[in-house]
Amino acid sequence: MLGMNKKDTALMIVVAILALGAPILLNPFPTESAMAQFNAGYPDLMQRFAIFGIFAIGFNILFGLTGYLSFGHAAFLGVGSYSVVWMYKLLDYNVIWGLPLAIATAGIFALLIGFISLRRSGIYFSILTLAFAQMSFNLAYSVLTPITNGETGLQVYTEDPQVLLGANEANAPHLFGLVMNQSSKLSMGGWEFTFNNGYYFCAVILMLMFYLAIRIFRSPFGMMLRAIKSNNTRMAYTGLNPRPYALAAFVISGMYAGLAGGLMAAMDPLAGAERMQWTASGEVVLMTILGGTGTLIGPVLGAGFIKYFENIFSKINDNILHGWFSFLPDGLEDFVVFIIHPFIGKGWHLTLGILFMLVVIFLPGGLVEGGQRIKKLITSKKDDDSNTAKTEPAE
Amino acid sequence: MSKTTMTRRGVLKTGAVAGAGVALPTIFTASSAAAYTNEPTGSTVKFGFNVPQTGPYADEGMDELRAQELAVEHINGMGDGGALNTFSSKALGGDGVLGKKVEFVTGDTQTKSDAARASAKSMIEKDGVVMINGGSSSGVAVAVQGLCQEAGIIFMAGLTHSNDTTGKDRKANGFRHFFNAYMSAAALAPVLSKEYGTDRRAYHLTADYTWGWTQQESIAAATEAMGWETVNNVLTPLAATDFSSYIAPVLNSGADVLVLNHYGGNMVNSLTNAIQFGLRDKVVNGKQFEIVVPLYSELMAAGAGENIKGVYGSMNWNWQLQDEGTKAFVQSFGKKYGRPPSNSAQTCYAQTLLYADAVARAGSFNPCAVAEALEGFEFDGLGNGPTLYRADDHQCFKDVLVMKGRDNPTNEYDTLEVVEKTPVDQVTYAADHAMFGGAEASLGTCNPGA
Amino acid sequence: MDAIILQILNGLDKGSAYALIALGLTLIFGTLGVVNFAHGALFMIGAFCAVTLSKILSISFETIDPTQQDFLGNPLVVKTPYVHAWFGPEFGASLIDWAVPLSILFSIPIMIGIGFIMERGLIKHFYKREHADQILVTFGLAIVLQELVKYFFGANPIPTGAPDALTGAFDFGVFLGFDANTVIYPYWRLVYFFFSALVIGGVFAFLQFTTFGMVVRAGMADRETVGLLGINIDRRFTIMFGIAAAVAGLAGVMYAPINSPNYHMGMDFLVLSFVVVVVGGMGSLPGAVAAGFLLGVLESFASMNEVKSLLPGIDQIIIYLVAIIILLTRPRGLMGRKGVMEE
Repeated sequence: MLGMNKKDTALMIVVAILALGAPILLNPFPTESAMAQFNAGYPDLMQRFAIFGIFAIGFNILFGLTGYLSFGHAAFLGVGSYSVVWMYKLLDYNVIWGLPLAIATAGIFALLIGFISLRRSGIYFSILTLAFAQMSFNLAYSVLTPITNGETGLQVYTEDPQVLLGANEANAPHLFGLVMNQSSKLSMGGWEFTFNNGYYFCAVILMLMFYLAIRIFRSPFGMMLRAIKSNNTRMAYTGLNPRPYALAAFVISGMYAGLAGGLMAAMDPLAGAERMQWTASGEVVLMTILGGTGTLIGPVLGAGFIKYFENIFSKINDNILHGWFSFLPDGLEDFVVFIIHPFIGKGWHLTLGILFMLVVIFLPGGLVEGGQRIKKLITSKKDDDSNTAKTEPAE
Repeated sequence: MSKTTMTRRGVLKTGAVAGAGVALPTIFTASSAAAYTNEPTGSTVKFGFNVPQTGPYADEGMDELRAQELAVEHINGMGDGGALNTFSSKALGGDGVLGKKVEFVTGDTQTKSDAARASAKSMIEKDGVVMINGGSSSGVAVAVQGLCQEAGIIFMAGLTHSNDTTGKDRKANGFRHFFNAYMSAAALAPVLSKEYGTDRRAYHLTADYTWGWTQQESIAAATEAMGWETVNNVLTPLAATDFSSYIAPVLNSGADVLVLNHYGGNMVNSLTNAIQFGLRDKVVNGKQFEIVVPLYSELMAAGAGENIKGVYGSMNWNWQLQDEGTKAFVQSFGKKYGRPPSNSAQTCYAQTLLYADAVARAGSFNPCAVAEALEGFEFDGLGNGPTLYRADDHQCFKDVLVMKGRDNPTNEYDTLEVVEKTPVDQVTYAADHAMFGGAEASLGTCNPGA
Repeated sequence: MDAIILQILNGLDKGSAYALIALGLTLIFGTLGVVNFAHGALFMIGAFCAVTLSKILSISFETIDPTQQDFLGNPLVVKTPYVHAWFGPEFGASLIDWAVPLSILFSIPIMIGIGFIMERGLIKHFYKREHADQILVTFGLAIVLQELVKYFFGANPIPTGAPDALTGAFDFGVFLGFDANTVIYPYWRLVYFFFSALVIGGVFAFLQFTTFGMVVRAGMADRETVGLLGINIDRRFTIMFGIAAAVAGLAGVMYAPINSPNYHMGMDFLVLSFVVVVVGGMGSLPGAVAAGFLLGVLESFASMNEVKSLLPGIDQIIIYLVAIIILLTRPRGLMGRKGVMEE
């Protein structure tokens, strides 16, 4: 279907179902229940899942296929965001102007930075990209404030020109009148599901970008990129110059990042400089490795994993814990809360750090490998019950 | 194998959608039914406390959280009532707000605009909060304030000291109790000229971002008006940890005062480095060399340790004040947590009470009604004496404290002493002051959302 | 001229911190081929060794003084450190005063121990894994280590002063024939500079003049052959990891009085130390040291007012700009070897 083989079509359909059904799938617990704390089906977080999914898919095209580890991809994210907000300021709130510009400017930046950085390989390449991104961040935060609005973040002011702004136009980002921050709510029993315009906009783009990534992975161009990873020298000996291919991959992944950054500004009309900091670049590296480098779905899972912990675990506080464990006797309740306390709220970094280590130690292929093992476990259970005893300890 | 699972899932999914489709007309809650964003319908109402819990300001965030929790207790009628007993407005009866018990959710700003907005959005979208309070930097305050304006809830700023928060970035749904850079400068300048004379040459080191610039602009203008000369203003990178190369040239510049427009970790390090270079032991132009830190906080003072001895700065509030509101709050806080509150804790405590009180007086959680109740509100008994919430820019006007690092601290909290309470008249400015966005700055219109 | 001398001093001092951290990082890169993102955390733990020792020395017993009151109006609790009671107030006070230099002794075994545990318990299993996995696991470890420190010590910086005898500043200007007060430099920073020179010299001498060092150097050059010769290179690499951890820790201990230690100081240095190592050239110890000093001095020059007025914001980007220029003109940094970490 659509030029994909059977397996990829299946994968594409899974992604489509997950993306379109997210508002329901991510809200498994009734709103009033104690477990509702773990619901992730609210617009902002779902948007972030989709946006960082796009960012990680793009990053994986470079890192997963060619093996070039860029530590500066956040710069393109920031450039994309600034482009979109500037279009709001100059033209109007319709995202149709900003998003193509975000992709284009990020592409130009990626072309320049990639052209220089790809002259080196290995860690030398990583440090070059890191250096470019850190320079962008430091300047955006300070000297370039007239363009970026520095610490505060670029935003729209009433005195901005907004030349295309119509009389009845929404005062928030929209696509031809489809306002991004509007949602409709569906209550069913104890559940409440929020269907947000902005999220579905991101989800559709995520599916398109995922499809594009599949096509790139399976194309002759994708083969070339893999060849760069497996043996750069041999490729050069066969008379092929690897650098144009690597550069093309770098630019494509930079454009993905620009699109992701643009979408961030399309969901929320503010562009902060921290988006370009090395920690943001590091985050996408972690997302990709955590999910499974070089796999199609892995980076999306990794992005979801990190964003989930950042947004859900940081909001659990002692009061909520006491609420959960109030059924226990007093002394025991306090003890349980005391034990869990360091890992939630202000301790969410600690939990994330431990999980990074556990995943990489026990699942060398990232979360995707975890999924494969579970699948294997189920399959082998059905095929032969005697096998389960053997597979379980490995898990 | 996987194919079967998929199909089954697909069927389930289709079923769910079909079911939803049939039920659609009755169960879709029309979003226009609510009069404003997150209108509380049950017996409870939720506040959102968005403070830094990770990153360099995590301890400050923790202290804010303590105070916010205490404020909720007092509003709900638990504990000793704290400053509610001394608060001039008596609209709150200790039974929650408008008969609704107050609950709260917490989030982590990470002191980053993006993360702070993500956390605030989850509070608005998922938890249904009517008000967000907290934060410890101006970048975050401006970002979250803008978000609350768009979403249609009230933002009660925590620690934010930049002029912009109630200056060019002021918003109809946002309110600031904390003082600002202009007020710091206006309060400090007279004390500095009294202590160090009017013939001084000042060298500024300024953190290279928005807050640093407004702070430097304010203090330079105020001290120059007193007759001081500004020798130089050097911008330092936010990420700098070692300030030696910025401090070293100071002595040679002919300056006899060093002004450190730094906050948090930057300030702790730059002050420590300046003391290492022995600046305060030197005599320049026949005068003792002095250092000034325009904005102080208890945590910074603790981080800088002995280095702050004798160094002047300003604060919004301090637990050593002797007015009734302060004493009630410090007693209540000290009993619960065994330590005196910081000034960022106090501002969050006061802001939470002020919001609840405004709701009670307005008789509604509608942000526009609350904003109206807060605008031009005059009150007393929360510390700092009589205070006005100015209607034009949503900035509080009250006395400002000039502080000095104590020479012989008696315990770990006794690091600063109150040198002077600069009366509110001296720190008041026009709402269209040039440093606050001039005549163009406007609050916009109140947004109730929905 | 005096301004330039002053900035050279500053640069050497900053550079010595960079060089020390980069040296440990290169040892691990070079010997084990591991990208260690937890190296900054080791530096931070070193600084907290100093904090811990000064806290231990100040452990106090409490007596209640009914004549004074605390902020709640209760009788004041007066704290007296045990060391005052045991060794007399004078010696006790000087013991607390000299806590930072004393913690050098205290930190070496601790850091070597942490290094051993890290290498045997975790890093060892990652020698054959991809660099990406090494990055993820060491980054996770770095987060865990710094969160643990935050849990016990809080997020606020903890002032840890130098001994009174070494505070204050030294007037270099008079020494060199300039006017008084033109070139002054803090004693403790001079101590730091000489201390790091000593440590760097010690590591080099160790690698150059001992059999152990010779084997390690051979192992860095060709691990397989050395292994085939029947030498247990693994055990030596464990020891090298311990030494690298100790070097990072010592850099941290002595850094405590320069800037009050906080739990994220390791992350602040992490990126920078990687830049230093790469600019120096992968696998080259002299390269790392040279790059540390070079970047320190250039950073100091970039923060001079004369330079900043010419190129505003140059001090924000100088390190990265220099890194780019060097890597473009010298493909493997200042002294890098071919084939190390290039895939």
